[in-house]
Amino acid sequence: MTLAHPRPYRQPRDTHPPLDFAGYKSTGLRAPTQRPILVPQRLTEVTGPLLVGEIGPNDHDLTRQHEGEPLGQRITVSGRVLDSDGRPVPDTLVEVWQANAAGRYAHARDTWPAPLDPNFSGGGRVVTNSKGEYSFTTIKPGAYPWGNHHNAWRPAHIHFSLFGRAFTQRLVTQMYFPEDPLFAFDPIYRSAPEGARERMISAFDMDATQPEWALAYRWDIVLRGREQTPFEEPHE
Amino acid sequence: MSEQLPLTPSQTVGPYLRLGLDWPKGAEVVPPGTPGEVVISGILYDGAGVPVTDGLIETWQADPDGRFAHPDDPRGAVEPTVPGFLGFGRSCTDETGRWSIRTVLPGALPALDDDAEEAPHLDVSVFARGLLDRVVTRIYFAGQPGNDTDPLLAAVPAERRATLVAEKVGEAEYRFDVHLQGDRETVFLQV
Repeated sequence: MTLAHPRPYRQPRDTHPPLDFAGYKSTGLRAPTQRPILVPQRLTEVTGPLLVGEIGPNDHDLTRQHEGEPLGQRITVSGRVLDSDGRPVPDTLVEVWQANAAGRYAHARDTWPAPLDPNFSGGGRVVTNSKGEYSFTTIKPGAYPWGNHHNAWRPAHIHFSLFGRAFTQRLVTQMYFPEDPLFAFDPIYRSAPEGARERMISAFDMDATQPEWALAYRWDIVLRGREQTPFEEPHE
Repeated sequence: MSEQLPLTPSQTVGPYLRLGLDWPKGAEVVPPGTPGEVVISGILYDGAGVPVTDGLIETWQADPDGRFAHPDDPRGAVEPTVPGFLGFGRSCTDETGRWSIRTVLPGALPALDDDAEEAPHLDVSVFARGLLDRVVTRIYFAGQPGNDTDPLLAAVPAERRATLVAEKVGEAEYRFDVHLQGDRETVFLQV
């Protein structure tokens, strides 16, 4: 029996930053100079790890990973993981990491003089439910300076890592907060094309706030969807 | 065709990726002591030949029978015959830019349409500070007869093909360096 090439995942267009983005200095010696070779998606590309690993009881709540509570504004971040056809991606691992409320990462190489918080490590993970929904509790990260150029500051953000269900869908990105005045000056945020970068900004979600407990932000993530075959029957 | 949702853009993992992406046993695609296990390791280099110490290598592969425990394998999802085989490996680069995984060699993959069979290979994602999106490559293995007829290797200019082939450096050890730029720039793939 001859196997056919699998139905491929659509190529992203006008979405991702170029690898060589001069405003972000570290790309200079790291962005490949040769164009990538476009290859058909075969079995290794349309499959991928469906594993979720061991999820600890407080992995979804970054405010409860230590003896005491971290300083900062308690928030929840919730949303859905979807593909570009609007289909939810269930049972998929979402990994997050972030700075503390003062904008300092609990990482040996982060040496800027903002205080570390002994009650905040800044790493978490959750698995989407059957509707592709995820939710975690944390504190709002602070902005922080970096050495990219004179007076460079990163807008507050949370790093997100997504697997989807195929190697082709793998995505690492950053979620931002609404109306940050630093957007205008941040080359990493601005490396994504205009019209696409705004999709990385979460929305304040009053309905999801918890009275006398936490503010809430909402952010949906969209991964590549698959090409439809011309002869495929409609789903509905 | 129905309206499509616009995709979420990629961003760099930044320098502090370990806080979110470092798994204690991430490099163990198979448990230690698995018959036929091999170690694949290498250095991730930037364009100045300097090791990248804030990078991450991820691998994805078929099992030794060339099958995937995944419903989108058209032959059907199967449980791997190697106990504890995950197919997925992850290794942050260390202070010397070195990454390493422990796995078993995948089997060849069946021919699709008019293609030839695919030689044993791993799909690889490379993440790092300074990479605004992951870059993708493949690891093939020196000495595998199928390399000569593999359809993906055939699509790569002959003089650059060697950048995709791990060198055998020991009884059960392979070496695969990744060069993001330079004379030996690794071939990267758009999948």
